[in-house]
Amino acid sequence: MLKISNLQARVESKEILRGINLEIKPGEVHAIMGPNGSGKSTLASVLAGREDYEVTGGTVEFNGKDLLELAPEERAAEGIFLAFQYPVEIPGVTTINFLKTAINQIRKYHEKDPLDAAQFLKLMKDKAKSVKIDDQLLRRSLNEGFSGGEKKRNEIFQMAMLEPSLGILDETDSGLDIDALKIVADGVNQLRSKDRSFIVVTHYQRLLDYIVPDFVHVLYKGKIVKSGTKELALELEEKGYDWIKAEADALEASMV
Amino acid sequence: MSFPNIQAQYEAEFENIQKNLNGKSDSSFNKIRRSAFEKYKSLGLPSVKNEDWKYSNLKGLEKISVSFPKASNFDSSIFKSLPLSDLEGISLCFVNGIFQTELSHIEESSKIKVMSLDQALEQNPEIIEKYYGKSLDLEKESVSALNVALASTGSVIIIPDNSTLDQAVIIKNISDVNSGDISNNIHNLIVIGKNAEVKVVEIFQTVGEHAAISNLVTEIFVDEDARADYYKIQDENDKSYHLGTTQVIQAAKSYFYAATVTINGGFVRNNLNLVLDGEHIESHMFGLYIPNGKQHIDNHTLVDHRKPNCESNELYKGVLMDSSNGVFNGKIFVREDAQKTNAYQNCRNVITSDNASMNSKPQLEIWADDVKCSHGTTTGKLNDEAIFYMQSRGIPKPEAIRLQLVAFAEDVVSQIKIEKLRDMLDVLIENKLT
Repeated sequence: MLKISNLQARVESKEILRGINLEIKPGEVHAIMGPNGSGKSTLASVLAGREDYEVTGGTVEFNGKDLLELAPEERAAEGIFLAFQYPVEIPGVTTINFLKTAINQIRKYHEKDPLDAAQFLKLMKDKAKSVKIDDQLLRRSLNEGFSGGEKKRNEIFQMAMLEPSLGILDETDSGLDIDALKIVADGVNQLRSKDRSFIVVTHYQRLLDYIVPDFVHVLYKGKIVKSGTKELALELEEKGYDWIKAEADALEASMV
Repeated sequence: MSFPNIQAQYEAEFENIQKNLNGKSDSSFNKIRRSAFEKYKSLGLPSVKNEDWKYSNLKGLEKISVSFPKASNFDSSIFKSLPLSDLEGISLCFVNGIFQTELSHIEESSKIKVMSLDQALEQNPEIIEKYYGKSLDLEKESVSALNVALASTGSVIIIPDNSTLDQAVIIKNISDVNSGDISNNIHNLIVIGKNAEVKVVEIFQTVGEHAAISNLVTEIFVDEDARADYYKIQDENDKSYHLGTTQVIQAAKSYFYAATVTINGGFVRNNLNLVLDGEHIESHMFGLYIPNGKQHIDNHTLVDHRKPNCESNELYKGVLMDSSNGVFNGKIFVREDAQKTNAYQNCRNVITSDNASMNSKPQLEIWADDVKCSHGTTTGKLNDEAIFYMQSRGIPKPEAIRLQLVAFAEDVVSQIKIEKLRDMLDVLIENKLT
């Protein structure tokens, strides 16, 4: 479904991704871990098409298409969803209105007729129930004045509405207490299916207790330096990142 | 003289009016006109050296050859298809200053008296005597002085004491500039009696591609306990000039609520001056301007708090596109007597192009010591992160921008209390922001 080959990216003159290779098959959940500044969030942003980053090399193939050629909205229409670390507040635009526009734009992209008001409301009610989000929240301006937990829950709700084939969670656990974390993880688990894959970007192992990954990758200095199964995350929890850094730095030194 | 060509045209028109008075040159009305014209002549049209006109240069007027409209026949069908023409209420429609019976709707009612300026001069000269030009400071305002001298058209609306009007009163001024440039001098008087209530809508539109110069003065007298809503809607072509002053005198315990929405206009100057001349007065002012191309929209507001225990509140918002200019000057004047004044002002602007500009200036002059006043002004671009957020949900960039701009404008439109007008404006705004 997703094939990242030797992906390199920079912001201004700073190299952040220095050759990422990663392949994700339908239904798989991949966790991307790593110390601060390793490039985890950059990878999530580059996949979603954020303009601040310049891709300087490599390819990303998504369901047979060259992802890097597509505008962010086209990537969304093709099935990529980024749950933001810091969801943006948009005054005056309700979540309902926002999602109605989004869904119908995506339908337009696929040359389908727009949903009418009744169809949309039914869909919204069903999904709101499934991810346990309050209707009232959806009638307010998007994310405006929401608590941290409400914002993240709203991200998962949006994901449920847009039904992407690849969900990218960018440090969704940051700023959440354990109860909010469980609710968000619950929402994600409900969306897991044999056709839908996830990239879970996180600094801590904690989220992976609730969203159990098939694979764990450790990113350091813009490269994946170690891959494994969920046990790798537990090892990182126990031993920290230093041993991985030391291994990676030694390897890099030997190659120079 | 800063603008010799246009000023010569105005002088010629004034002579023309004087010649055609048929023995009425000694009437008190003509004396008012003469005196106003003398004041205008001594001041001249304001140049950018005048602080109040620093950002709004009238030099473009020099290129216009105006004709002052005379009675003529119009094909009214084209006016019926203009936006906002379906708005219901008691309506007076003027095309090039000439009253159009067929496009107007006036009902006999004890709750309202509606006349054209000409009719009022014939039938109720005492009203003209009492109110015409009385709220204005012609010693300083040459554009208003010119209006008082030349006004050839206008509406006089009287709401008697204790009458509550459910229908809106609509004054529509259409400039038909299909066959040449037109100059209109419009003077409206709106007198709202004690404990009376009314909603007034002023609409300015053009048909055709030539220039229209509209010099508007609307004087509104809001008596004790009266409640007035005043909506000024402008949708004129890019060559048009609108020089407008709305002067409001509020008596004790009255309520005044204004929204000025400028959809289109080549050069627009709106003065909105409120005099709070009594205690326990409440005043609200909202404004929205969304210029594109080379449009220039200037809003000057003044709130003069003269007495204690009053509250004024103001919100102006602008979306400036292409190479357009916006100006906002908001003055709050709190006199020594006006203790316990609450006065709030906010001006917020979004600029969508590097070539657009906004000059925004709050001016607070406070002489009383026990007051609450605040003001704020912001001008910025749309948040890139918000646009990316919307794109990442499948919304193309132009649509993401449009959604945000429409939401930004909605803050002002939602303040309008006539639902149908609100809906019509939403359509015009959404179309323009596309």
